[in-house]
Formats: sequence, C-alpha cells, structure tokens
Amino acid sequence: MAISAVAPTVPTKVRSHLRSTTHESFLPVGIVTTFLSVVVLLPLAAIVAHASPGRSFWAAVFQPAALASLEFSLVASLAVAVVNAVAGTLIAWVLVRDKFRGKPLVNAVVDLPFALPTIVAGLTLISLYGPRSPFGINVAYARSGVILALLFVTLPFVVRSVQPVLTELDREMEEAAAALGAGILQTYSRIIFPSILPALISGTALGFARSVGEFGSVVLISGNIPFKTELAAVHIFGQIESGDMGGAAAVSIVLLVLSAAVLVALETLGRRIVRYDG
Amino acid sequence: MRIALRALPAATVALALLLCAEQTKAIADGSVQLTLVAYSTPREAYQDLIKAFQATPAGRDVSFAQSYGASGEQSRAVAAGLPADVVAFSLEPDISKLVAAGLVAPDWNANRTHGMVTDSVVVFVVRKGNPKNIRAWADLIKPGVDVITPNPFTSGGARWNIMAAYGAMLKRGASPNYAIAYLSKLFDHISVQDKSGRESLQTFIAGKGDAMLAYENEAILAQRNGADVDYVVPDQTILIENPVAVVKTSQHPEQARAFVSFLLSPQAQVIFAAHGYRPVEKAAQTAARFPQPRTLFDIGFLGGWDAVQKRFFDPQNGLVAQIESSLGAAGGH
Amino acid sequence: MAKIALRLAAFGYLAALLALPVASIFYRAFEHGVIGFWQAVAQPDAIHALWLTLLIAGIAVPLNAVFGVICAHVLVRSHLRWKRILGLLVDLPFAVSPVVVGLALVLLYGNQGWFGPWLAAHGIRVIFALPGMVLATMFVSLPFVVREVVPVMRETGDEQEQAAATLGASPWQTFWKVTLPSIRWGVAYGVVLSAARAFGEYGAVSVVAGRLAGITQTLPLYVDERFESFDLTGAYAASVVLALLALATLFSMNALARKEA
Repeated sequence: MAISAVAPTVPTKVRSHLRSTTHESFLPVGIVTTFLSVVVLLPLAAIVAHASPGRSFWAAVFQPAALASLEFSLVASLAVAVVNAVAGTLIAWVLVRDKFRGKPLVNAVVDLPFALPTIVAGLTLISLYGPRSPFGINVAYARSGVILALLFVTLPFVVRSVQPVLTELDREMEEAAAALGAGILQTYSRIIFPSILPALISGTALGFARSVGEFGSVVLISGNIPFKTELAAVHIFGQIESGDMGGAAAVSIVLLVLSAAVLVALETLGRRIVRYDG
Repeated sequence: MRIALRALPAATVALALLLCAEQTKAIADGSVQLTLVAYSTPREAYQDLIKAFQATPAGRDVSFAQSYGASGEQSRAVAAGLPADVVAFSLEPDISKLVAAGLVAPDWNANRTHGMVTDSVVVFVVRKGNPKNIRAWADLIKPGVDVITPNPFTSGGARWNIMAAYGAMLKRGASPNYAIAYLSKLFDHISVQDKSGRESLQTFIAGKGDAMLAYENEAILAQRNGADVDYVVPDQTILIENPVAVVKTSQHPEQARAFVSFLLSPQAQVIFAAHGYRPVEKAAQTAARFPQPRTLFDIGFLGGWDAVQKRFFDPQNGLVAQIESSLGAAGGH
Repeated sequence: MAKIALRLAAFGYLAALLALPVASIFYRAFEHGVIGFWQAVAQPDAIHALWLTLLIAGIAVPLNAVFGVICAHVLVRSHLRWKRILGLLVDLPFAVSPVVVGLALVLLYGNQGWFGPWLAAHGIRVIFALPGMVLATMFVSLPFVVREVVPVMRETGDEQEQAAATLGASPWQTFWKVTLPSIRWGVAYGVVLSAARAFGEYGAVSVVAGRLAGITQTLPLYVDERFESFDLTGAYAASVVLALLALATLFSMNALARKEA
C-alpha cells in the first residue's frame, strides 16, 4: 500500500543508487544462505538421501494407509488454515483496536499454545472435550478432535502476524472512510484488508505448515486409526519405529513437496489480490 | 531493543562457555557413573533397584545417569551414539539392532535367563467390576466392545498384544487362517491406537474403551496409582520377556556387569516382583505368586521375533498392514 | 454494535480454545496448593531441566532473531531472483514432522551419520548433547522472526531508509537508527513466538536429547517423564513454569519495544 503510493515519487536517481547498493550487500545474503544451509538444508538433504530409491519410494507413498494419512493431513491442515485466517484476524483486530478491561492479559495468553508441551495440550483438550467432558462435548478420537488440537497449537500464528501490521497501520484512512459514511465492512474490505493481507497470508501459511508437521498434541487426541484418524506425521513415525527409514523419508518428502505447493499457491493468491512491490 | 540486540551475541557466547565448563567439570569428577538406557515401563522399579544396588559392596561408589523412553527409540538412540553402559528394552529385536551395530556382544544372551531380566504376560485391563464381563479373547470381538491397544507399528508393547491374540487362537486349536480372521475382527473393534503403552493407559483412564490390552505389570502399576481399573489374565496368553545387556563400549564394564548380575539376583528379582513384574529367578517366583494362566506360550511358539517381525509387522507388506488396509477399504471401524 | 459482536466472537473463540485449557492446567498445578506446586517445581531434576531449557532458548532464539532480521531484509529489500525460493525455504521447517527433524540430525551427526565418524574422531559431541538440541530447536523455531518482520517491513516501506541513505548515513547506521525502530514490534513478536516454541518443543528435541534425567532432559521432556510416572501435579506444575517463561518473554519484549517508541 504505502510503497505503491510513494515509490513513484522517489527520484529515479535514488532508486538506481539503492539498487546498486543492494549489489554490494552480499554479506546479508551470504549470512542468510549459510545459516539456512546449516540449519535447514543439510537436515533436509539427509532425509532426501535416505529415502528409498526409485520404485520402492513410490511403493511407500502409494501404500493405501500412507495415502490416506497424507490426504487427511492436508485436508485437516487446510481446514485449520481457513478457520485460523478468520478467527486470527478477528482476535488481532480486537486486541489492537478494541478497548476493554483485561486486554493485556488476553494479549499475554495468546502465545501459550506454543510454550505448553504438546502432551499437556493433548491431555488437557481430552479432559475438556473428551469422553469425560464436563460440557458434554466429546470430539476425542475423531477427525473433529484432530482439528481442535491443530487449532489450539496454531492459534498464535495469524494473530501475531496481523497484530504488528495493524499496530503500524495508519488509522487516518479508516477514520476518513468512516467520516465519509463507509460501514465497518466496507472499511474493512477496502482499507484494512488489503493492508493486512500479506501478513494474513504469511500467518495462515505458517499455521498450515505447522499443522502438516504437527505431531505431539494431536497424537493423543486423534486415536491414530489408519484410514480414519491417522495423520501423516504419525504414519511416518510408525514407519521409523518399524525400521522402514526409506519409506518414512519418502512419505516425509512427499508431504514436504505438497506443503510447499500449497504455500506457493497461497502466496501467489496473495500477490494476485494485492499487487505489492517486492 | 537496540541495546538488547547488541548484547545478544555476547550473551550467547557466555552461555556456551558456561556450558562447556559444566561439561568438563562432569568429566573431571572421576567417580564411576553408569548410564542406564531403558524402556519406560520399569522406571519406578529401577529407582528402587538402583538404591538397593548402591547398598551392596559392588555398587557402593556407582552413580547412575538414567534415560527412559520408547524401547525402539531408545535402541536407535544408543545405535546413533547415545552413551550407555547398560541397556534394558521391552523386546529382544531392540537388542539385536545393537548387536548388528556392534555395540552389544553377540553372546549377550548366553546366560541362564537367556539375557532376560523380567517376564510378564499380556492381560485385559477392564473397567472396575468388569461391567462388560470380558474374560476371554472371544469377548473382545463381541458387538459393542471397544478395545484399546497401542499402535503396533510404533509400540513394542502392541506387538506383544497382537502376538498374544494370534497365539491364543492357535493354542485354542484354531487354524492360522482363523487366527488371522480373528485379528481382523479385533482390529475392527480397536478404536484408539496410541503410539505407546503408557499413552494407551492414559486414554483408558480418561474414559475411552471397555478393554485395553497391556502388560500385566502396567495394569498393576495403574491400580497402584489409583486408577479405577481391574484386569483379567486370559486363559491363553503370551509370556513377555524383557532383555537386558551390557554395552561393549562401556567405560566401566566391570561395574556394568556387576549391575546386570545384581538385577538377576534374588534380592533384585523380589523388587521387580513388587513392581508387578514376573521374576525370571526361581526363588523369587515362588514368593511372588502371580496367577498362572492355563496356557502360556512364548514368542518361540510363533517362530521367534525375526520371523514374526517380517510376517506381521512389515509396514508395507506385513499382515497387520494388510488387515488395516482391507478394513480401511471396506470403510470399517 | 458490530464492535461488540466482534469482541464477543473473539472472546468466545479464545475462551473455548485457549482460556479453558490454560485455566485447567493452572488449576491442576495448584490443586495441592502453592506448597504442592513449589515442591513439584523444586525437584533437582526439574530445576536442571529448567536451566537447560533456558540455556537452549538463550542460544537458539537470539541466533534466530539476528538471522530473521537479516533474512527479512533480504526478502523485502533485495532484488535477488531466487528470493521466492528463499522465502519458501524459511517456511518449510514447519511442515517437517518434529520426529523427522530429530531423525535428520541423527542421520547427519549420529554415529553412522555423514559427519558422525569425523566428529567422534575429534571428540565433538553434537547429538545427545547441547549442540544437537540447539540445532533442533533452531530448526523448529526458524521462521517466526522472518515471518513477523517481513510484513511489517513491507508495510512501512523504505522511504525513510532511502532518505537516511541520501543524507549520507551508512547502511549500518540506517539499520540501527531507521529500520530497526520501525520493525521493532515485528521483531518483538517474532522473538516471543520463537522463545515460546523453543521452551515448549518436545518432538525434535526428544530424539536428539537422549533423555538423560538431570543431564540432557529439558523441561518438556521432564513433563513427559512426570506424566509417565503418574505424577500429574509434577507434570502440570512444570507446564505452568513453561507458560510463565513464555509470559515473561512477552512482557519483557513488550517493555523493550515500547521503550523504543
């Protein structure tokens, strides 16, 4: 938003000067590349190298139980991403724009799902929404229980991505829009939404990725029944425990590629809706 | 913020140095420390056993570092370099992996208990008073009975359970085909497959299921910790045997061997029995008085672990994978 | 009106999904009173686990923060062709199951791993020691700072940086005086999330830790052990400590970021 509005007024001289300075800034690029290589690429390479070669790779992936778990993981993560996008934006908006007593407290607890050990999250959700639920709600050992656990562990993503952007966002435009008689929905869709969209997509994407890989919190509540409630992460764990390293690596890689495809699609979608200058 | 960010690298270096110092301190200390890497169920027993060992002359100056986790995971960790002096796993193949990796001597089981330190049997854990009257394997596949067992691909305990069910059918005179059909029906009644035995127990205590397949010692432990459950020893069940071994790369082989022979002593076996394990030592057996199932068989009856792993638990072509695939395709469960 | 409806919707969602579970964890930790809580937390193994968790987070989070800011800068401001791939690589760690992350590190640095024999020959221990646990933690908390800072950097634009550069400020000065203050909320939230994840990580760390009680046992591993030993108070008490750590991080980052405002 701000960039597209201002950038054309910046003298071309300055822009070309900046472009030339970015050529000199090989240091940050070097640091980023090295760090990513050591922390991310090397371990990923090790997984790729240990995947079963050729036909047994696909045999492991196309095994019915593996396919079913991959499908469930992706569908559940997409559902979680959609809910997160809506609920997360809402919570962030309330936390930034609304005024109510106890706001700092609400703001503070948003991150707790990350810090609580996943086994605690799983057991607590079961005690609240399981067979002995005090509210009579029992979603444990069913697909809805998996979604609930994933929503719990991914709650902070969208909230915390949208929140800083909303905080930085100029309120003048919204006030102007309101003064001109725009309703809350109009203001949202025309002014707020385009500005927070990159952050929203970023947070949703992260939440999606985390759901795909999540293991600890869902493993207790899901029930792990193959073809029904078994997630890919649990299936992979079973392969590892059964000594089928190659198969585990193969399914992990496919899961990774599918997630990458969804992430790319999400980002492209975001670029389509709001053209922001990289 | 700015100041904080500037201070961060320095703080990081300081922390790392602190840790290095701590590590060297541990090495310089000099007293004998044995590392015990074990599966998770006997944790409570080992707390008592270690104390008892330290009260003997051989164990006086020995301290212990202990690691407990899923048997398969622990075995892989030791193979990957987790330093260990003594390993105790839930089933023999986890030791065999270390023999293959050159970390345990091939003759590890050449003693009078064949390398085993404790026994147990597979039992049915049921709700208090056994409201669904579950007494035999056939009761598990009656309509409306909800069965819990850990996932056989992730849990060693679950493999004992499945083999107990299969062997029980054979012992009742069924054909192998019938026994497999029974397993298929059993899987249709299983509503939760947690990744470990302890998690299954948590699930059962949380109110899910009518019967849970488990080690007898787990059932006893659960009762002792106040869980509202009973357990039934079926007429036909499998003898669970848990191995223990000294690791070849041990820095203190003498103390490690002393600890393992202590574990086989009558004194230690009585402690195991107090924690719900069936002793491998005769003298302690008579003292402990566990109910004797009518027909008890061991894994050898089913061809030994090597054959069983391949036939039943191969993740791609094993019988269990096939059963689950056919149930999944039929929209079962 | 609409405002109140939105507020209620947000509250309802938070209450069901977050407040209730967190409250019940706190309740169970203090079920046997403050003394019971204190006794559970004051166990030597628990205290050691706490320090180890803090140490790991203390190394992993700052490294990730510095990397995150640089990486975000590259992603937003540079004109690299392959920066979209770079952006994707940053997100991918999340999609890998933590167990597989741990396993990958074992495949690299374990005895039979690529670097294992060399490391063993030089007496360097990575797996089942601090470095492996830090690497695992960094892997699972890598994207947070990047992903928090990128949108803020985009939203604020680079006019001010350009102005500073035109006025003769060095890139370094521009970064400290102009860029960092404008992205501080993004950095703050990124650090908070990284720290929370670093405190709570279980799956990846459990594979590379070796779970030696009092040596390589982090607080989440300790919680797991307490659960398995039927010591629910101990487990919930240690969980509350983890939650308090996350809250402390949030408050201190908030205070720092506000001070700069």
